[in-house]
Amino acid sequence: MSEKKKKEIDDRFNKFGTKSYTSVTKVNDFITYLEEGKVMGTRCLDCGLMFFPPRAQCYKCLTSNVEWFEVVGTGKLITYSKLKYAPTGFEDDLPYYIAVLNYGDYKVFGRIAGDFPEAELELGMAMKTVANTLPNRQLNYLFEKA
Amino acid sequence: MSKVGIIGVGQSRFVRGYPGSIRELAFEGFKEAMQDAQITVTDIDASIICSAPEYDKQRSPSGVLAEYLGLIPQPTFYLESLCSSTSMGLRMAYSMVKSGLHDIVAVVGFQKMSEISSAESQERMGRGADIQWESPFGTMMPAYYAMFAQAHMEKYGTTPEDLAFVRVKSATYGQLNDKALYRKPVGAEMFTDPEHFMSGPVSSPLRVGDCCANADGSSCLVVASEEKAKALGQKPVWILGLGAASASVNMSGRDQFTGLAVAQQASEQAYKMAGVTPKDIDVAEVHDCFTISEILAYEDLGFAEPGEGKELIRSKKTYKEGSIPVNVDGGLLSKGHPIGATGGSQIRTIVQELRGEAGEMQVKDPEIGLVHNIGGVGLYGVVTILGR
Repeated sequence: MSEKKKKEIDDRFNKFGTKSYTSVTKVNDFITYLEEGKVMGTRCLDCGLMFFPPRAQCYKCLTSNVEWFEVVGTGKLITYSKLKYAPTGFEDDLPYYIAVLNYGDYKVFGRIAGDFPEAELELGMAMKTVANTLPNRQLNYLFEKA
Repeated sequence: MSKVGIIGVGQSRFVRGYPGSIRELAFEGFKEAMQDAQITVTDIDASIICSAPEYDKQRSPSGVLAEYLGLIPQPTFYLESLCSSTSMGLRMAYSMVKSGLHDIVAVVGFQKMSEISSAESQERMGRGADIQWESPFGTMMPAYYAMFAQAHMEKYGTTPEDLAFVRVKSATYGQLNDKALYRKPVGAEMFTDPEHFMSGPVSSPLRVGDCCANADGSSCLVVASEEKAKALGQKPVWILGLGAASASVNMSGRDQFTGLAVAQQASEQAYKMAGVTPKDIDVAEVHDCFTISEILAYEDLGFAEPGEGKELIRSKKTYKEGSIPVNVDGGLLSKGHPIGATGGSQIRTIVQELRGEAGEMQVKDPEIGLVHNIGGVGLYGVVTILGR
């Protein structure tokens, strides 16, 4: 494949997470924002619905009239689990947490920083979402104590 | 309006490493159901083949299986809703028979999971969740259900010991079930013995003993119209109520982590259609892919108030002699969980219970039974109510 042809495919989403299963999506800008240290969702400009994870299309208005917003402030920890066993391709990340934060208008699913002491985790505690670069240079985001 | 019933049920033994191909595996459950219904392949008007496709090299298994089972040239198609595929298949078969399009429909479920490693299998199952936004974080089914366990424990005081009690009950009946994969006794003390494999951590708070095992297996249900069943001289178990629902695949779209909305919605529909309440259920099969799942099911189905599920298992009310016997065939925890075959196996158990043919696992004189079958992490919920 020629260099020129390669560049025509916007596969930025390959960079998401330890191992991405998606390469092309209409919300590829999410990755560019992550590189800038921002975790972003989208908002429908017609009805105001907020989407996290972000989407480029609003099912209610049937339009693509959306704008990006930054996930700022704190969310409440609704639940979590610490993995001691990982699926293929994630073994080097062990141990790690998965968790959900409630920001009120939307919720965010992601990871709590792997070295966070489990004894200090409490449901309902305030946490913030921060962009993160993984050891394999891939990008994701983590929850940290607010 | 004429009724629709089940005239034949069958399943293979659920095993690790079935020594044969998927068509041969499917034959085992099919053969039993055909012998049970006392019909031949030409009596079947259409077949629905159910599984989760990611475990097979075969593309479009329905044609291959239909041919092997002698069900061509009748129409056949493939149906998938993860672990609830066969229950969804039964819902579809009901519609096809009720509409008058067909008189007898076979629902065939199968899964051969053993050709890939356990970690690979977890990765594939994790992809039953949101592959764009969640799988890149390294998700797997036990970790998702562990988040529900965490939230339930925190809110309602359900304990790790309560979860162990679910497994102990499961093993009590798994030992009696000659189709089950795991047939050894289990004691709650194994979960606190660091040397015992049951206590091994998987994803907090879930341990090895809290999780069901992958298995190879097949199941089959033969669904018939009232007229056809009568003409064949069969006494069917009737399909009284059907409910089904779906939910946000991404956990960020969920409103609750202490129960599964799809199970609440599907059961409400099924109770309404059948004209019964939770108190009328004499025996139930619930989707205990994890110990916590059974406790969630008690509450989602209305057998217990929210938060009170733990009391049912502590007081042994869900044992065979209790007020609402649940999973008296060992459930997924003992039988193993060959995704596409599981719903058919659950339905088979309830049909046998209602016929009084459940042997050592027989509950005393049940009239109405319920099957709760979940796909993914509460992504799909299917509830079926059956009666004599």
